[in-house]
Amino acid sequence: MKQYEYLAKQALAEQGIPIPPGRLVNTPDDAAEAVKAIGPAALKAQVLVGGRGKAGGIRFAQTPEEARETAQAMLGMDLKGYTVERLYAEAKLDIEREFYISVTTDRNKKVPLVMASLSGGVEIEDVADSEIVRQWVNPRVGVLPYFGRQMAERLGLKGTLAKEFADLVVKLYHIYRERDAELVEINPLAVVDGHLMAADARLNIDDSALFRHKNVERIEEGSALEKKVHEIGLAYVELDGDIAIMANGAGMAMATVDAIQYFGGKPANFLDAGGGASVEPTAQALDVLVSMNPKVIFINIFGGITRCDDVAKAILQVKQTTGIPVPLVVRLVGTNEKEGVALLEQAGISAYSDMAPAAERAVQLAGEGRS
Amino acid sequence: MAVLLTKNSKILVQGVTGNQGRFHTKQMLAYGSHVVGGISPGKAREQVDGVPVFDTVEQAVEKTGADASIVFVPAPFAKDAAFEAMENGIRLVVMIPEHIPVADSIDIVTRAQELGVTVIGPNTFGIISPGEKTKMGIMPNHIYKPGPIGVVARSGTLSYEIAFSLTQGGFGQTTVVGMGGDPVVGQTFISVLRHFKEDADTQAVVMVGEIGGSAEEEAAEYLKTFGKPVVAYLAGRAAPPGKRMGHAGAIIERGRGTLESKEKALTAAGASVVTMPWQVVDALREATQK
Repeated sequence: MKQYEYLAKQALAEQGIPIPPGRLVNTPDDAAEAVKAIGPAALKAQVLVGGRGKAGGIRFAQTPEEARETAQAMLGMDLKGYTVERLYAEAKLDIEREFYISVTTDRNKKVPLVMASLSGGVEIEDVADSEIVRQWVNPRVGVLPYFGRQMAERLGLKGTLAKEFADLVVKLYHIYRERDAELVEINPLAVVDGHLMAADARLNIDDSALFRHKNVERIEEGSALEKKVHEIGLAYVELDGDIAIMANGAGMAMATVDAIQYFGGKPANFLDAGGGASVEPTAQALDVLVSMNPKVIFINIFGGITRCDDVAKAILQVKQTTGIPVPLVVRLVGTNEKEGVALLEQAGISAYSDMAPAAERAVQLAGEGRS
Repeated sequence: MAVLLTKNSKILVQGVTGNQGRFHTKQMLAYGSHVVGGISPGKAREQVDGVPVFDTVEQAVEKTGADASIVFVPAPFAKDAAFEAMENGIRLVVMIPEHIPVADSIDIVTRAQELGVTVIGPNTFGIISPGEKTKMGIMPNHIYKPGPIGVVARSGTLSYEIAFSLTQGGFGQTTVVGMGGDPVVGQTFISVLRHFKEDADTQAVVMVGEIGGSAEEEAAEYLKTFGKPVVAYLAGRAAPPGKRMGHAGAIIERGRGTLESKEKALTAAGASVVTMPWQVVDALREATQK
């Protein structure tokens, strides 16, 4: 779960990492107040999309009056599909140099990784590998001050900056660990008046660890439909096609989306109805697909723990209640397959037993694909 | 023969009195798994399908000589369960739960390395050795049969799809290993491939991968010296960047973890890479006849 910039900054400040003076802005009056207090400021839209500067999500205000007008224009504006509800007013900085630092998890080495570079201010992917210093953390030891000193030395930092940097590494790792972060990043890590300051920050929390962070504000990303399906407890991603898809298990759902595309169709979504979903959630998921008004609905089930008769019951339930007004293609094999297929046949739905012809048929019914 | 899990493995079930624990204990026993005990604090002296229940792993190991354990407890308690198993001499731990915090998985895997424990998962369907008639996991029993193919997969249902197509196509399996869908898991493709390399009965391997991370790219490096035919199928071709595709680990982040990168690496390493799951059997037939 991504955190807004102002929350990431708060987390840094709580650990004693210097951040620029700033204030959260909910109304145009707040913006005027903020500039009165901190002077000329950047007004930054608090949305979870990258590249907000280029999209008009960061604007500058010299006077309280200008801040009021700018905030008026920004609040409620649409930024890459997200409505701007809050701004963060932050004092304009006189930046001398821009560095980079982050703590994240190295999936291959299975330990935390600290990355730093003297070439900050751009996405780290655009920085040459030779300019990035990487140090891996032994999770049993954590990050002690020596770890930061070594890193500062590798970067070639001297004097005050080296000292401040070493100190900052320890604090940043503390945030990573205490907050169950997937990523905590300061970019740019600015040099202002000869001292380090976090000019921009990202903090992503591990979704699986949210149960032990009750006080962290829940920020749901995604479209209204994605949020709705997530509330049912299912994994869902909106795509831009018109063949609605449901499968059981994440891998199967991905493969099903791929299969539709393979035959030249346009998948409308990724929906994992769960490795062992029962009638009710499956019916709820199918309801969502119907509500999307797709050209075709394709259900692809390999019943392992999921029982085919449960899936069939869910399909019939939705057919009888909401109704399924578009063509439906069902592929159903595995546990209780005979019972499931029989139930569907009674309702006039024939099921496929192989994935390929079923996916091809779905594409054909949508009037897409290779002819 | 088989890798990691054999008929001699004596299995405990942690969280045996929960819904999942009960259901899958029954399924494992039906398959032939040597389940010797269950753990459920406060429920000792109960039985689940004839399997004795203990309060602690320590007790269970003392009474049964167990050396493997499968964990079904809810994710927030999974770290505790894994450590209880490892600290009491269990040498194979299968972690079924999804949504275990990554920090907990890091701690589990780090300790496992110190102790020489094999951790499978978290967020896995488990491991099954059809020739040995034993499994630790939640996979359906009827889709596998004994044979010469090793399978290592990141996802559950997709691996069922492929295992079943192998079985129908005449290719039985030595062992099928589920690495798990999380960002940090106990096994890598490489660690499992090493076992398949040493196993004389495993003649070829099927890898089932997906977008996210770089486990497939790392595996490609190893495949150059693997010496047995490998067929790979990867899911997530149509996945948009920045979106988690069901599994916590299945995400293209900042340009990394794409399917193209993985397929390119595996192809360059000599693996036969197919685009769709139903193409695996033909590719395997071709690869094993060379």
